[in-house]
Amino acid sequence: MASSGEVILRVDNLVKHFPITRGILFRTKIGAVKAVDGVSFELHKGETLGIVGESGCGKSTLARLLMRLEEPTAGRAVLNGKNIFKMGGTELRRLRRNVQMVMQDPYTSLNPRLTVSDIIGEPFEIHTEVAPRGDRQRRVQELLELVGLNPEHINRYPHQFSGGQRQRIGIARALALKPEIIVCDEPVSALDVSIQAQVVNLLEKLQDELGLSYIFIAHDLSVVRHISDRVGVMYLGKIIEIGTDLEIYDYPTHPYTQALLSAVPMPDPEARAHRDVIRLEGDVPSPANPPSGCRFRTRCWKAQEKCALEEPLLIRRAVEPHPSACHFAELKHVVA
Amino acid sequence: MTDFEVMTTRPAGAYLLEVRDLFVEFHTRDGVAKVINGVSYHLDPGETLAVLGESGSGKSVTAQAIMGILDMPPAKIPSGQIFYHGEDLLKMPEDKRRAIRGNEISMIFQDALSALNPVFSVGWQISETLRTRTGMSKGDALKRAVELMDQVKIPAARQRVKDYPHQFSGGMRQRVMIAMALAMDPKVLIADEPTTALDVTVQAQIMDLLADLRRDLNMGLILITHDLGVVADVADRIAVMYAGRIIEHADVHSIYKQPAHPYTEGLLASIPRLDTKGTELATIKGLPPNLMRLPTGCKYHPRCPYKQNVCVDTVPASLELGGGRTSACHFAKEMLDGQLR
Repeated sequence: MASSGEVILRVDNLVKHFPITRGILFRTKIGAVKAVDGVSFELHKGETLGIVGESGCGKSTLARLLMRLEEPTAGRAVLNGKNIFKMGGTELRRLRRNVQMVMQDPYTSLNPRLTVSDIIGEPFEIHTEVAPRGDRQRRVQELLELVGLNPEHINRYPHQFSGGQRQRIGIARALALKPEIIVCDEPVSALDVSIQAQVVNLLEKLQDELGLSYIFIAHDLSVVRHISDRVGVMYLGKIIEIGTDLEIYDYPTHPYTQALLSAVPMPDPEARAHRDVIRLEGDVPSPANPPSGCRFRTRCWKAQEKCALEEPLLIRRAVEPHPSACHFAELKHVVA
Repeated sequence: MTDFEVMTTRPAGAYLLEVRDLFVEFHTRDGVAKVINGVSYHLDPGETLAVLGESGSGKSVTAQAIMGILDMPPAKIPSGQIFYHGEDLLKMPEDKRRAIRGNEISMIFQDALSALNPVFSVGWQISETLRTRTGMSKGDALKRAVELMDQVKIPAARQRVKDYPHQFSGGMRQRVMIAMALAMDPKVLIADEPTTALDVTVQAQIMDLLADLRRDLNMGLILITHDLGVVADVADRIAVMYAGRIIEHADVHSIYKQPAHPYTEGLLASIPRLDTKGTELATIKGLPPNLMRLPTGCKYHPRCPYKQNVCVDTVPASLELGGGRTSACHFAKEMLDGQLR
């Protein structure tokens, strides 16, 4: 889990706006959903970067951008020294090999008409250099064994597996091309508690064995803390606080991070009485029309005039050593 | 509400709601799935009972049996009783049952968007209950709908009463569902995974709302969930279900301090914690059982780390452990004494 410090992916001011249009023949743009609006971070080799946030904060769009399934409105993502959005031809093919994804729902992300062997072996059809035709069956069986499935079940169909086993198939497929980075978009949120722990342990084991880097996107803050080396908190298309798991969970300085952490129910009835709970009012504003200045100010108990006028930058402030995008960043312990 | 009497000592009708030795099976083309295998629990006014379990454990089916909304066939209730104020719901004629469903016992569902009708305004949907049940006029019912929306803290209820479900956020939709469920002033509210589809900050709002309503209206609340964190926050008592049976039942403090069933222990150990970063998560090995081919003896024995021969052969009885606490494990007492390791 320990990272070697070498930066493998550098994301620089990434922006994705989806246009809102009116009219059928003459489409006119009347606005934009600012799904991702200026996100920057670095991913080191062998580390796990957790991205947390509520629905609509842009975390899945960020994942799709990093997979280059969406073209960005602006910004760069530099992988091994090259901007992934400028790639084409063989370079793009290599990128597709190098960055893989594990999806949220193991029930819909596997084709029900294909056998396990077809599903995991399909990447080899495109990237023939990884496994020559005669070698494929053996490779698929190796992968099944690696993720803890019975290699003899190679000719079974997805419906013959449970949810946790299907997610293992999804992980095996992501591993097939020996990637460096795996983007996990809510990989355990569809699973039961007892199965969730098995899959989280598997992901950690694979990281140790294969030296993978993970971008781990989830809304479950406990799972993210467990697996991540560093954590970024997103709100309305921006990262509002980023740091090591200790900095974010034990020394949060942004009010939103504090509110988010204090809202997580703790599996400890004794803590019920003496927990300092911050209750946010209302819902997340629409990303089509985010508030001016600080985007969190409409729900923030610290908001002042400055917050509406001036957008706080994600920078290190005097109080704390990790970056936080709040004018009034201040340490507050919320997790007992 | 931590000290309650042992459940077997009270006669029928002593509780607001009591499920007694309920069995439910589903008859399908592939065979018979034994979904509920002898569930008993009870509820008093003003208390929160959490029914905890993973998917397929039968927690929702029990609730559907109480509501009388099971599809029969394929479902069948071979035996069991469900007492509401001492009367067995399962023996009641349908028209009498209908008068209780919604009026006395009400339910909210996990996915508010699919539980609401997209082509009618929320005000219309909330007032529909009042119009059909009490014969209230359209205008009066709509006025009452606004009051109910205020009660569940939907901002600007008067302006929003004519809005359609898609115009509300996930949390607000769940509030609309709760307003509908409260329309007839029920004595029992069953909430089936009410916050699973919601974000944590919104989840906290909804759980607070449910807790306030339960206290103000002195309702009994049955909270069905798989989330051990939510349960610890709000429940008075917990019933843990596995393979269609309640395998442990206790007050919330005792169960988290010292579980008396290996499954509960495994569940508690397998959740990642917010306050510490563990090294490796403990797991429950294997998979939940296939309900068409349940294991012999204790249904948990194929996954249990403390398995003995007796577990394979004999179905454990529900052992009384004092203070209303029960556990369906042969070695429950040893577990409580810390002798099983």
